[in-house]
Amino acid sequence: MRTIKDMQNGDTATVVRVHGTGAVRKRVLDMGLTKGAPIVLVKRAPLGDPIEIKVRNYSLSLRNKEAEIVEVE
Amino acid sequence: MTTIALVGNPNSGKTTLFNKLTGSSQRVGNWPGVTVEKKTGKLKKHEDVHIVDLPGIYSLTPYSPEEVVTRDFLSEETPDMVINIVDASNLERNLYLTTQIMEMGVPVTIALNMMDIAKNRGIDIDAGKLGKELGCKVVPTCALKNEGIDEVVKAALDSVGERPSHLRFSDETEKCISEIEKHIEARNNVSTRWYAIKLIESDSLAQTVFENKIEEIAPYIQNLEKTLNDSGEAIIADERYNAIAKIVGAAKTDKGECKTTLTDKIDKYLTNKWLGLPIFAGILFVVYFFTVGNPEDAQWYNFGAYLTGMLNDFIGGPVYEGAVEWLTIANVDPVLIGLICDGIISGVGAVLGFVPQILILFLFLSILEDCGYMARVCFVMDRIFRRFNLSGKSFIPLLVGTGCSIPGIMATRTIENDCDRKLTAMTTSFIPCSAKLPIISAFAAYIFGGSPLIAVFSYFLGIFCVLLSGIILKKWRTFAGEPSVFIMELPPYHAPKVWNVIKTTLDRGWAFVKKAGTLILLATVVIWLLSNFNWSLQFTEDINDSMLASIGNAICSIFVPLGFGDDWRFTVATITGLVAKEAVIDAFALLFEDGNFAGFITSAAALAFITFNLICAPCFAAIGAMKRELGAKGAGFAVLYQCLLAYALGSIVYTIASVAYGDPINAANIIVTAISAIILVYVLAVKDPFKIIHRGIPAEPEVI
Repeated sequence: MRTIKDMQNGDTATVVRVHGTGAVRKRVLDMGLTKGAPIVLVKRAPLGDPIEIKVRNYSLSLRNKEAEIVEVE
Repeated sequence: MTTIALVGNPNSGKTTLFNKLTGSSQRVGNWPGVTVEKKTGKLKKHEDVHIVDLPGIYSLTPYSPEEVVTRDFLSEETPDMVINIVDASNLERNLYLTTQIMEMGVPVTIALNMMDIAKNRGIDIDAGKLGKELGCKVVPTCALKNEGIDEVVKAALDSVGERPSHLRFSDETEKCISEIEKHIEARNNVSTRWYAIKLIESDSLAQTVFENKIEEIAPYIQNLEKTLNDSGEAIIADERYNAIAKIVGAAKTDKGECKTTLTDKIDKYLTNKWLGLPIFAGILFVVYFFTVGNPEDAQWYNFGAYLTGMLNDFIGGPVYEGAVEWLTIANVDPVLIGLICDGIISGVGAVLGFVPQILILFLFLSILEDCGYMARVCFVMDRIFRRFNLSGKSFIPLLVGTGCSIPGIMATRTIENDCDRKLTAMTTSFIPCSAKLPIISAFAAYIFGGSPLIAVFSYFLGIFCVLLSGIILKKWRTFAGEPSVFIMELPPYHAPKVWNVIKTTLDRGWAFVKKAGTLILLATVVIWLLSNFNWSLQFTEDINDSMLASIGNAICSIFVPLGFGDDWRFTVATITGLVAKEAVIDAFALLFEDGNFAGFITSAAALAFITFNLICAPCFAAIGAMKRELGAKGAGFAVLYQCLLAYALGSIVYTIASVAYGDPINAANIIVTAISAIILVYVLAVKDPFKIIHRGIPAEPEVI
């Protein structure tokens, strides 16, 4: 399963499914990472974590741990 | 009486609109969640219309306390109208919230803000078409430039009482919603549709409301989840975003120009892999270089300290002397002259002198907040802070806390994770606030020959204690919750709005002046009276006969292990620090000639004194702020923890410093240091050091 965490800087992808449970999953969905949403991985923070992505025309940052639950293709 | 609620995403320009609507001065910032409490004002030119500014949120999920505040207000107080501020440059995610509010059944008017930014990015939105598709009025506005404000008000007041429409989802979902609606009834004017959707999402609050219906409706939800092969919450989020995409598609034309925004270009450097951290360190250095310093010999470019030095000279010179002269000519009783000049003018003056320094620090902080850099600080610092069980978001309260702990503690509300939030609220006051700067400056000047290293020591000590507490407290059961989450928007940069920045700075500065005029004035008078009268209420020239001396003598032995327990005046100063940290200096000004305590304390004991006073319980006002965030029990725990930690570290610092200076150490110090060190090492090394204490205490229920 490929997730946002596996993407390289500048990669584009489409969200397939959000795994995980509870509040974290709901938050990820609320922020617009739903099925079919196109995303771009902008960069990683200086120490490799968190990650900055572009989704639905805005910049969102999330940690590797949250990036791991978002399956992409 | 009509109530209009302002709701919108963080950074949508909501607070700016609130200011325009009410004419009030509200703090506006450019990092998620500046409005931490709901604020009310009266609509300009409409005395009978109340405007309530609710915290900026992304969704009506009870995810952070801010979202709960907004949701409770909408469902329980049912405002007559919601003005929903929508950022036109970020339409889809903003409408995600809009459509949820409309589902509740509250009439909504949309203020389509930041149209200019959208246009710059080549996005064109047909407001009329958008309104038609959504089923509510949409008014284009530019809150900053005062455009469209009257139109929004008119549209909102005209539509009070109208029932809003709602999104239509796929047939399967709609069927499930209507089945659930048959089993539940509306609550507090909130539509059954809204509750039905929340139940599909397994929303915890909705489930509590309809506790006895859960079993009845479960089959419908399971059926839907099976048909669409996903969980309820994901189905609703997908459907909502899909429906919104359709609406936006009809109303928006994206010319696709200008894909790299200015923000992207700036972030190329500010959050750069190699430059991100050095630039942040550089910015901090510049801010504190211009602010903090020794007022006695500051150069002009050290604005804060320089102006403070000037003001101190003015108050201590012309003001003091003028007052003495004038009162003597007026034949006022010498005791009263003493109270006014040596008491009030010296004491309150010592505190007021720091106003320029504080104003400049707050000016820098509000510029950083307003332009959008704070969110990048979280992004850059998160990895480091997480190692100590805190989140990058903890950094903002700490940074604001360098100005004043109270707004810092309040800013912890933007941290969604309950444990991170509590931890940060408990540790914010470790960071030297501007009121502690006078203590640091005074010790640097009188004991350490103006060495800047004392300030460095203080800030490092503060950060050290924050990180240390992250590790220690995480082992305490209350804080050992689920691992924290970091999902944060990085808002676009914008030039700081001059008026907002000035307003924030002045508001915070004024709060400081107000404190000097009330709490500190009172403390000054009390200390002066206690230090100039004996127990038979007779005026005494010798301070050692005073009531204060005997009170101080009675308790000062507590501080013998920290090296400053021999002179009662340091104990008294420490206690007055509870009123306000500035009052420590205020006490020195009253208790020592010219406030100069050199020769009464050794260098090692001075370091222990600084350590204890910086780390122990903050002032009453900050304890009050902690009580609001943590509850009475939590704040009590925090104060106890802070005092114990301060005592332990104070003792350890005294031992180390004494050895370094070659001073003799007292036996009490050795015992306290040994015990402290053993406890600290044990707590840090053992996995569950509080097992014995925890046994018998039931785990606290998790508060959302």
